[in-house]
Amino acid sequence: MLNRQGRPSSAGQAGTAEHPTFTGNKALAQIEPLLFEIGRYDTTGVDLDEPEDFKPRLGGLERKEPIGLPGLSEPETMRHYVRLSQQNYGIDTGLFPLGSCTMKHNARLNERMARLPGFSDVHPLQPVSTVQGALELMNELGRYLVTLTNMTAVALSPKAGAHGELCGMMAIKAAIEAKGEGATRNVVLVPDSAHGTNPATAALIGFKVKPVPAREDGWVHVEDVKERLGPDVAAIMLTNPNTCGLFEPQVAEIAKAIHDAGAYFYCDGANFNAIVGKAKPGDLGVDAMHINLHKTFSTPHGGGGPGSGPVVLSARLAPFAPVPFVRMKDGSFELVEQNNEAGGTAAPFGRMTAFHGQMGMYVRALSYMLSHGSDGMKQASEDAVLNANYIRAGLADLMSLPFGNKPCMHEVLFDDAWLKDTGVTTLDVAKAMIDEGYHPMTMYFPLVVHGAMLIEPTESESKASLDLFIAMLRDLAMSAKNGDTERFTGAPYHAPRRRLDETRAARTPVLKWTPSAPVAEAAE
Amino acid sequence: MRYLPLSDTDRSEMLARIGVNHVDELFADVPKNLLLKEPVDLPRRKGELDVERILSRMSAKNIPASSVPFFVGAGAYKHYVPATVDHLIQRSEFLTSYTPYQPEIAQGTLQYLFEFQTQVAALTGMEVANASMYDGSTGTGEAVLMAHRVTKRRKAVLSGGLHPHYADVVRTLSEMSSDDVVTMAPDVGASEDILSQIDDSVSCVVVQSPDVFGNVRDLKPIADKAHQHGALLIAVFTEVVSLGLLKSPGSQGADIVVGEGQSIGNALNFGGPYVGLFATQSRFLRQMPGRLCGETVDADGNRGFVLTLSTREQHIRRDKATSNICTNSGLCSLAFTIHMTLLGEAGLSRLARINHANAVKLADQLASVKGVEVLNATFFNEFTVKLSKPAADVVERLAEKGVLAGVPVSRLLPGAGHDNLLLVASTEVNTDDDRAALVAALNEVL
Repeated sequence: MLNRQGRPSSAGQAGTAEHPTFTGNKALAQIEPLLFEIGRYDTTGVDLDEPEDFKPRLGGLERKEPIGLPGLSEPETMRHYVRLSQQNYGIDTGLFPLGSCTMKHNARLNERMARLPGFSDVHPLQPVSTVQGALELMNELGRYLVTLTNMTAVALSPKAGAHGELCGMMAIKAAIEAKGEGATRNVVLVPDSAHGTNPATAALIGFKVKPVPAREDGWVHVEDVKERLGPDVAAIMLTNPNTCGLFEPQVAEIAKAIHDAGAYFYCDGANFNAIVGKAKPGDLGVDAMHINLHKTFSTPHGGGGPGSGPVVLSARLAPFAPVPFVRMKDGSFELVEQNNEAGGTAAPFGRMTAFHGQMGMYVRALSYMLSHGSDGMKQASEDAVLNANYIRAGLADLMSLPFGNKPCMHEVLFDDAWLKDTGVTTLDVAKAMIDEGYHPMTMYFPLVVHGAMLIEPTESESKASLDLFIAMLRDLAMSAKNGDTERFTGAPYHAPRRRLDETRAARTPVLKWTPSAPVAEAAE
Repeated sequence: MRYLPLSDTDRSEMLARIGVNHVDELFADVPKNLLLKEPVDLPRRKGELDVERILSRMSAKNIPASSVPFFVGAGAYKHYVPATVDHLIQRSEFLTSYTPYQPEIAQGTLQYLFEFQTQVAALTGMEVANASMYDGSTGTGEAVLMAHRVTKRRKAVLSGGLHPHYADVVRTLSEMSSDDVVTMAPDVGASEDILSQIDDSVSCVVVQSPDVFGNVRDLKPIADKAHQHGALLIAVFTEVVSLGLLKSPGSQGADIVVGEGQSIGNALNFGGPYVGLFATQSRFLRQMPGRLCGETVDADGNRGFVLTLSTREQHIRRDKATSNICTNSGLCSLAFTIHMTLLGEAGLSRLARINHANAVKLADQLASVKGVEVLNATFFNEFTVKLSKPAADVVERLAEKGVLAGVPVSRLLPGAGHDNLLLVASTEVNTDDDRAALVAALNEVL
């Protein structure tokens, strides 16, 4: 039972602790009520003077009713959010092996650079003469991305990976329409192992999605692609390295088959971090690829964003890049903000977002790339791949590898065959890892593998850290095999919350705080 | 390299443990002729000091808003953000966490998202809000698609007061999806007859208030007409502070409210990252795009929060999802919710009054300048003036004098015959000296 402060009302209800406390707190582990349970409507944490002689010109459309926004003083605000932060696990807390999401170290230099006033305190619609340095930075970032990928052009503005996919697929659609094939080419091939964003993106702009089934070796086979190719196919959306953590060995043949059929090769670049400085997507025949700056170039994930998803484009697609974009003219940078200002053979397909994209992320990403340099980026890719393979080698005898014990790229994929007859599921393993002080790996993705566990350590982990991680998973694996199921099925025992009831959350959605009914009303 | 913990000794030991001689054996699936032998043609690694020097030089070539009298708006606004906000969002546990897929160790993120959703619902006067979109413009595109799903119609009517870049985003998405869009002519005087466009074929009407020219729009008659024809009203805002003073879109009958939240908690950042706010009524919940955080209990019966209703989302529904969105604006929504908590109702409404009062003062002062005509009868913190000369040239000349005066309408709507119109915004950051500087500079240039 919780009282209005979100606090258990008597000792003994604070959890499974053997020594319950009166407050429900456990020393540093504090229970923090909702803002709406501690805030007051007349409290504010900012000092502002009431304007004198206020005469509104709002056409009588002023708000008459209260809004319902409680405030806190500054010290209370600080404490509220610090306590909330303490219930979170971040990269700085420990190993965060979330496969496909790439949780690598976030250097604080990048944070400092993004806050330089010439980047953070400039407006997107200031005169371009007053933001030449900001445009220079965008241009430089674009040069880095185009060089690393050997592509022709880059569209910087997409706001995140899925938005970049949308941008790339829009460029493909525009190119197809320019060839007069808009009515006939309406199918996009998407392997079953793809991120959910791929089919969702294709469907969003009217393409029909045709799946390419998974093979037992985890690879997409050129003959499976060829079988589905025809005059109706607009593109393939292929992730490479793929979501099984494997580089597609037939990627060049697939690209050729796609091009021979008059279609385009969209590459999901979510896993570009495995091959930066090792191979260039342009050399592999890619026509469009988004790059998640928040994965590959370490801009912080921030609890779910902001991301940034620039798209690199081949020569065939470059003319269709959306506005706005930066170009050099007479020794200074200019912004092309309208389709009809693009000039030459350019035919921008439109606009993805109101302004120029995620400038704050551009600065962080460029700061990362300048720090690493071309040699450091190559080394980072090699270390990421080395770390993943080291985990594979350390666990291959106890856990099961769906595609055999062969080298992986930056992430290693296990299935749940090793848990057969233990009564323990992938989810249970993940929750037991929480108790051991680790963030779990990606679970149940990709969908082509049963009970998938996708582990991506990134290059940020030391050998000592990997050794401890491997030892922890070995202990858990032995424990599952030895029948210690309770350790798993009841986990987590030591996190800020025990396992949460997701079914209840979905069946009876409570999506905001509502004041509880007054006592008198409730009594009726 | 300072970010890479492995030593060469570690690497050799690890390769031996894996059973290969060289790291390139792990890249064996990459076609041999395409595997790069040397680092790509970019500069080599640099220490912190060198990186800081390079980027500081680029930064120094720009004129920051805080360094000059600043009146630029049109969808992004210069506000003061308390120091507490930027400190808190840089807490490691917020900054370096991921989307809360493991709720037991992400309650910090989930609880603030729940608080954020509650704040956004209250501000907009709606029943439910999601956990954020990329920004106001992409949110508007998603709102139109959502209206199409709800009404099973595919025609949107865009007000001529909608920010032209927002309209471009909607049109791009609609053209690609073969949906119909009717865009009304730019509407400086807020006199468009949008009601006449609404019939039984229309899915949604998209109206911004205050509109891009600054006019405060009465949404009620538009909502009523839309509802008579089974269409939805999508109410858009680009300045969220205005909701502290104006009637909420929900109270005027809006079905979806979407807008830009940058003004609260977030810096100008040359256009991003920002935070899109998105709210609607409960009956449309299942058609909503984006992440939702919901309340539940854990195995001990204690309250906790989780991401919920994910059967709408791409990672479950794939090509049948309501949207392709995955990453959103998590950290920007945290900045928003912390700043809003500091303000509270009392602070927000006062901030809104200060903004309006400053804009009123500025409008009155500008009206007395020869060659300047203030066009708005109503406005919040931004309005349109007609100059005696082309606004783009005037803005450029004022910039040379160290005053950033606003956004020429011709930058947003080139070739539309609005060359002499200028959008001028004023917030709590503007002082009497700033206004005097703008007036003096205009007197010289006009």
